[in-house]
Amino acid sequence: MTEKYEVVIGLEVHVQLKTKSKIFCGCSTEFGAEPNTHVCPVCLGLPGTLPVLNKKAVDYAIMAGLALNCKINSYNKFDRKNYFYPDLPKAYQISQYDLPVGEDGFIEIDLEDGEKKIGITRIHLEEDAGKLIHEGNIDRSTGSLVDYNRTGVPLAEIVSEPDMRSPEEAYSYLNQLKKIMEYIEVSDCNMEEGSLRCDANVSIRPMGEEKLGVKTELKNMNSFKAVEKGLVYEIERQKKLLDEGEKVIQETRTWDEELNKTVSMRSKEEAHDYRYFPEPDLVPLEIDKKWENKIKDTLPELPRDRKLRFINEYKIPEYDAGILTDSSELANFFEDTVQEYNDPKNISNWIMGEFLRLINEENMLIKDSKISGKLLGSMLKLTNEGVISSKIAKTVFKEMFNTGKDPKTIVEEKGLKQISDEGKLDEIVEKIISDNPEAVEDIKNGKNKAIGFLVGQVMKETRGKANPQMVNELINEKV
Amino acid sequence: MEIFEYSLKELLDKISNKEITLEEIINNYLNEINKKDGKIKAFNSISIEKEKDFISEREKGVLKGIPIAIKDNISTSGFKTTCSSKILENYLPPYDATVVKKLKENGALILGKTNMDEFAMGSSTENSAFKSTNNPWKLGYAPGGSSGGSAAAVAAMEAPAALGSDTGGSIRQPAAFCGVVGLKPTYGMVSRYGLVAFASSLDQIGPITRDVRDAALLMNIISGHDPLDSTSVDKGDINYESYLKEDVKGLKVGIPAEYFNLDFNAEIKENILSAAKKLEDAGAEVSEVKNMTDAEYALAAYYIIAPAEASSNLARYDGVRYGLRSEEKNDIETMFINTRHQGFGPEVKRRIMLGTYVLSSGYYDDFYLKAQKIKTLIKDDFDRVFKDYDILITPTTPTTAFKLGEMKDPLEMYHADIFTVPVNIAGIPAISIPSGFDTKGLPIGLQIMGPHFGEAKILHAAYALEKMLEVNKNRPEMEV
Repeated sequence: MTEKYEVVIGLEVHVQLKTKSKIFCGCSTEFGAEPNTHVCPVCLGLPGTLPVLNKKAVDYAIMAGLALNCKINSYNKFDRKNYFYPDLPKAYQISQYDLPVGEDGFIEIDLEDGEKKIGITRIHLEEDAGKLIHEGNIDRSTGSLVDYNRTGVPLAEIVSEPDMRSPEEAYSYLNQLKKIMEYIEVSDCNMEEGSLRCDANVSIRPMGEEKLGVKTELKNMNSFKAVEKGLVYEIERQKKLLDEGEKVIQETRTWDEELNKTVSMRSKEEAHDYRYFPEPDLVPLEIDKKWENKIKDTLPELPRDRKLRFINEYKIPEYDAGILTDSSELANFFEDTVQEYNDPKNISNWIMGEFLRLINEENMLIKDSKISGKLLGSMLKLTNEGVISSKIAKTVFKEMFNTGKDPKTIVEEKGLKQISDEGKLDEIVEKIISDNPEAVEDIKNGKNKAIGFLVGQVMKETRGKANPQMVNELINEKV
Repeated sequence: MEIFEYSLKELLDKISNKEITLEEIINNYLNEINKKDGKIKAFNSISIEKEKDFISEREKGVLKGIPIAIKDNISTSGFKTTCSSKILENYLPPYDATVVKKLKENGALILGKTNMDEFAMGSSTENSAFKSTNNPWKLGYAPGGSSGGSAAAVAAMEAPAALGSDTGGSIRQPAAFCGVVGLKPTYGMVSRYGLVAFASSLDQIGPITRDVRDAALLMNIISGHDPLDSTSVDKGDINYESYLKEDVKGLKVGIPAEYFNLDFNAEIKENILSAAKKLEDAGAEVSEVKNMTDAEYALAAYYIIAPAEASSNLARYDGVRYGLRSEEKNDIETMFINTRHQGFGPEVKRRIMLGTYVLSSGYYDDFYLKAQKIKTLIKDDFDRVFKDYDILITPTTPTTAFKLGEMKDPLEMYHADIFTVPVNIAGIPAISIPSGFDTKGLPIGLQIMGPHFGEAKILHAAYALEKMLEVNKNRPEMEV
């Protein structure tokens, strides 16, 4: 069945820039402090206070703009977005209205049927608001408390073009965006901590129609999965409306995770008139070519470029390159290891297999593991030199992962050296052969599987330290 | 002469010469305040009692511990800063405005906080939520506004000097009405950090003093770049006192024809023109300036830009964090509405509504944007004129002080600012000095405008004129 409607999605993503201090005052941006301890007269918007722009936030916004292929505006200004809310101490948010840091960029995302460019309309700087904590459920709450620690934390708002055609594309866009922000180290993009937030504009139109349908804006989606689920729900809702001959109303809807549906928040008529006007307390911001180029020079290789380079330079499969470049930490780990020991595919297997398994099992962050490229490289050397068997290597790996100890030290301390001494192995093989006459009989009868059994017995006897190749040869020789 | 009659400069000299002590000065002023302020009502609060612990430390500063009055919209750490509004009636700032910090660092004691039009919106100080201040020259007359409390306190000799703020004339107009000196510096010359914002792109803090020298002296202390105010400029250290010279030979003085062609008090016109004549007689090159036509639109532009910014600046008074909160238990929106309904006076509400309207979707281009363009034209106009002239002279006000309660129509009140508003729109400095008295015995103010960062020029001309006019020699008696 061909699809009757085409889906049109645009995303507005807020990423918290990880400056040490807030965008307009010196307060710390650290997450998780006691409520209202990272505040001062400026971020509390006390009468008479004035904002002073944090240059580092501008650096980060320029860097993000460049990474998103945006044109950086040389003449920037800040504007006030006016609205009343208890978490907004000045009752306006300092943002950028018509002259943002960057415009006209794009991101490339990978889809099953190839790559696709998603346009970036703009990226601008603004300040975050505080956080309301309601006593009980918001509907029945008897009171609310406000934590202003987050007030004034710098945000980059990244607005996409309505270029996405499915929730999967939106998901992939978000992933790619997050990956880029992490690569250039301007944001942690942690949705749980609120350092990445996403609103979606979604509409549908009959296939082949040029004109956009009436859109709804979705808010309150607190994970990438929630974005996908919210979009899926909203698209179905809109389709149903149109199928039943009804109309989609332009409104803001909120995703209710518990009810698993979107709920109307406010209609177009109730929409705020933000009465934007230029912020008179700040002077216009000029980003000259020198500043832009200085940031450009520090821009690291971006995820997709790195992936392509991995495929070409290290001749590893695209699948491997994709996983390894998923984060810059993982990719750095890979490249550090290759530097030490040039066997890319083998290294890729170790990282994608053993390393990520342990990371997932221990539920930890890549940066928290103690292993380094240097350690993994020298472990692989030991394996290659026959000092340890590949089975023992897994034990050594886990130990390095947990302690960061040198593999040679681990091997020594734990006596894990592979037994490659022919005399010693000969003795053990002899013993195993005499202990297992049936197996020997089987081998003689052509049942080669039994060789494996005997090798296994030798390995058991040596607690995995026997050189498996030599054991194999010895058994073949003797039987 | 009584202690309270001395200027700031004279007090400093007398302390240096050990003729009088700081204690005597403080007691003398507290005594004057006790005697007069019941009638004048210049002060909202007296803070000097709380400052007494710091006397020994401040005495070492340039100002030797002399008490200075501060307009009640300039933040003083731990002292109420009310903006003469119910909404901030009990608000205690946890920090000092940069000008207050500088005054303290230079040895001033904070005498008290002076009455004003609520949030500096007005020209008579009648918009104070607490009380109307009286003009010391004639009780029952307005001291002007919005810095009416500061001007009245200095004129009535309840304070040796004061700070005010000027958004459309709020230092110069009350200085003129009260017969004292008031200086509005170039936008960016004095830090606004800690000045409770009315219209951020126009607001400036400045001195209100007995004479021009005192204004220069205070400017030395309060001006200069402040890293906490992005709109403040760095012009290095300037000693304004060094520009106070009586010689005006070759000074190019412009008399803007368009200002004098306006319909205003004939006594004032005559007074200002005769002052200009004196300058000419002393060797200044005085001539008429024509074609400053854009200034005509200054008042209209002002009443769009100022309310627009005010509507945003005053939005923070919502009852959530500090100040008044409506106690009626209700939802958040009703709490906002009730708090603001109860907390703001009618003039403030009028300007918030005006400002909200001109910024609203669909009207922005017609009002705010157009007003900004006019602002640029007016600025260009002044820049052009100041290529040929050092200073311009105009009246400060179209009338002398009016009676309290007399101005019923807000538009008529707005008209009191016709000579002062263009200065704020252009961002240039201007000073008002006393230039005589009308037949009712009320002071007349003369305004001297200068180019951007031309404070030294206007102080020079003001000082010379002050010496020539000798206004204080034959002044009428004050009613207090």
